[in-house]
Amino acid sequence: MDAPDTTEAPTQKSRLPRLRMSGRGMWITFLLVPPLAVMALFVIYPIVSALAYAFYDWQGLRRGEFVGFANFSKVLFDEPFATTTWNAFKNNVFVFFALMIIQNGLGFILAYALWRDLPGARFHRIAVFLPVVLSTVIIGYVWKLFFHPIFGAVNQLLRSVGLDVFAGPWLGDPDTALNALIFVNAWAWVGFPTLVFLAGLQRIPSEILDAARMETDSELLLIRKIIWPLIAPSATVCFILLFIGSFNWFELPYIMVGLDGSPFGTTDVLGLYFYRTAFGNQSAGIQDFGMGSALAVLMFLFIAVVATVWTIYLRRREIEV
Amino acid sequence: MKKTFKLLTLGLAATAIAAPAVAQDLSFWSWRQEDRAVYEDLIAAFEAANPGITVEFEAFEASSYATILSTALAGESGPDMMMVRAYGAFEAVAGADYLMPITQDDVPGLASMNETALLAQTLREDGEIYGVPFASQTMLVIYNKGIYDQLGLSEPDTWDELLANAQAIEDAGMFAFANGTATAWQNETIVSALGSSTIGQDFFREVVAGTTDFTDPRFVAGLEKVQEISAYFPDGFTGLDYASSQQLFVSGLAAMFAGGSFEIANFRNQNPDLEIGVFAAPGPSADDAKLVGVFFDGGYAGNASTEHAEAVKKFLAYTATTEFGQVFANELRNITPIQGVTLTDDLLNEVAQLNQSAVPYIMLTNFRYEEPSGSVLLQAEVQKMLAGETTPQDAAQAVTDGIATYYAPFQD
Repeated sequence: MDAPDTTEAPTQKSRLPRLRMSGRGMWITFLLVPPLAVMALFVIYPIVSALAYAFYDWQGLRRGEFVGFANFSKVLFDEPFATTTWNAFKNNVFVFFALMIIQNGLGFILAYALWRDLPGARFHRIAVFLPVVLSTVIIGYVWKLFFHPIFGAVNQLLRSVGLDVFAGPWLGDPDTALNALIFVNAWAWVGFPTLVFLAGLQRIPSEILDAARMETDSELLLIRKIIWPLIAPSATVCFILLFIGSFNWFELPYIMVGLDGSPFGTTDVLGLYFYRTAFGNQSAGIQDFGMGSALAVLMFLFIAVVATVWTIYLRRREIEV
Repeated sequence: MKKTFKLLTLGLAATAIAAPAVAQDLSFWSWRQEDRAVYEDLIAAFEAANPGITVEFEAFEASSYATILSTALAGESGPDMMMVRAYGAFEAVAGADYLMPITQDDVPGLASMNETALLAQTLREDGEIYGVPFASQTMLVIYNKGIYDQLGLSEPDTWDELLANAQAIEDAGMFAFANGTATAWQNETIVSALGSSTIGQDFFREVVAGTTDFTDPRFVAGLEKVQEISAYFPDGFTGLDYASSQQLFVSGLAAMFAGGSFEIANFRNQNPDLEIGVFAAPGPSADDAKLVGVFFDGGYAGNASTEHAEAVKKFLAYTATTEFGQVFANELRNITPIQGVTLTDDLLNEVAQLNQSAVPYIMLTNFRYEEPSGSVLLQAEVQKMLAGETTPQDAAQAVTDGIATYYAPFQD
């Protein structure tokens, strides 16, 4: 906003439009201030204070001296914390790529099938999206029961069809625990990319498709050359949201395997590690706000930077088409 | 008439002004929502004996209690009195100067409590006591008496007898142990409940003194025993979480549960028909002392910045009296460090007897003050060991190395 001009005594004529302007300005201010205040209080302030916390040494709740980047170097380079951090990060990366293939890949295939109006498409459009509206707590709890080593539906099913060798402690076996969590996540969330891709597909003008179909009979070629480029904006949304979700992954592993990333860190992700470091795991450890904040800041920076750069790249690709 | 009215108004006003100064309303925070009724009775008895002091009991969900309490204390809106945890988690609150130091003059009951109990509420850096310790928990084997009787088994005197019992139970088509390792902290309780007698009292004394570490053959032998007996845990126990283990025992599908005495009340509530017994898992020989692992749960503490310090001290003193302990132990089925309390419950009496030869629940009592805590390390390593991914020796080495990053006696 302009600073009020006090050099000249304003005439009656010039005051009127100025008043109108400031009225408009006030209206804009009135609309902007409440959300900005809420954002500042609940988003910016916590981020800034977490940033500040990360530079101090903490003994329990008592803030000690300023330690510079010591907390950051501790979580990134000092043993045994570094191993835990990098192990959690590695798991996040694995989760991201796995979900990228399973969740987004399957989402696209489902969207395509629904779009081509295969039999039962109307029913499946709802069925596929249904788990998305369920609470993660319910999903986690129910699937934990399904994976129960003794009474679980998964093992019962395997045994009933003679596949006893595959029945096992899904969430307790280091080879299957993380995959089981990824499977549940994909089961629950596949409806979201499906819906986004479907919306993208439905926006494609039919003339373009008709014209393309006159050129080729190959459905695959059509998807690769025409459809995929045209639904690029949908892909951007799905990819970026999945990226953010994978690196902020917390609720599902927390409910299904607990704060420690059981068994022995094979399902540990940065979200769990951050939580138990900052707030303490009542049955195992103590809380360390400094290291927890350092982890939070690193996670935030990583997600923000990668998501921004990637969004810009994906957007450019959309424009080029 | 006018005069009388004036006097009356003045009198009323004076009372209104004076009242807050006389009445002392204390707030008391707890994580034991389920114990509310008993606490309210206890508070009523206190209020009757101390006119002018009222206590408001407020309970919060246990898993978020620490966060709620620490946020409130940091924001200077904490309660006058509160339940605090013990050891490392206690130090997080006490070390930040939020708690009122208490002495035997304030709380005479402290004089008769044993040192182990008081250590749980003592801040190591100044040696002062900040809380009245309230309950001890014991790591032992809880067993289904019905199944034991049915199969003609008796409480084992040696490790081999325990194995033979487990085998007999499995042969009868039941689960010998209900334990699973999917919930990390269960691994620590399993080691304490099953391995303490094999490890032996001397090791614990020495490790606390810093003259040995966890690679000591006695500790490794304890881990080996735990590994050996895990053959009698249910199939797929690595995927069995804490709640499922409890259910296996409560439903009578499993005969034994290696865990904490805090399970007893819960087991009885869920299945009142269950006949429960307890024993300390034996060592290799019948001559080995039968040891249980013991720790203290927490304490009652006063807020250092309360406006009613004297009233708070009165209440804290009350929580260390035999009168309080009697109700606390028998109504809430806890084992109290208060002397002179008679337990009406046979099983609790038995646990109290077992406590006479006990070792500390070591990672909590001595190695949960810094990160990585001994608990974090032991839980993960035992989980790994029981999944067949590491050996007892390597697990013990990893635990020692982890603690050695900050604990000088383990560094050479």
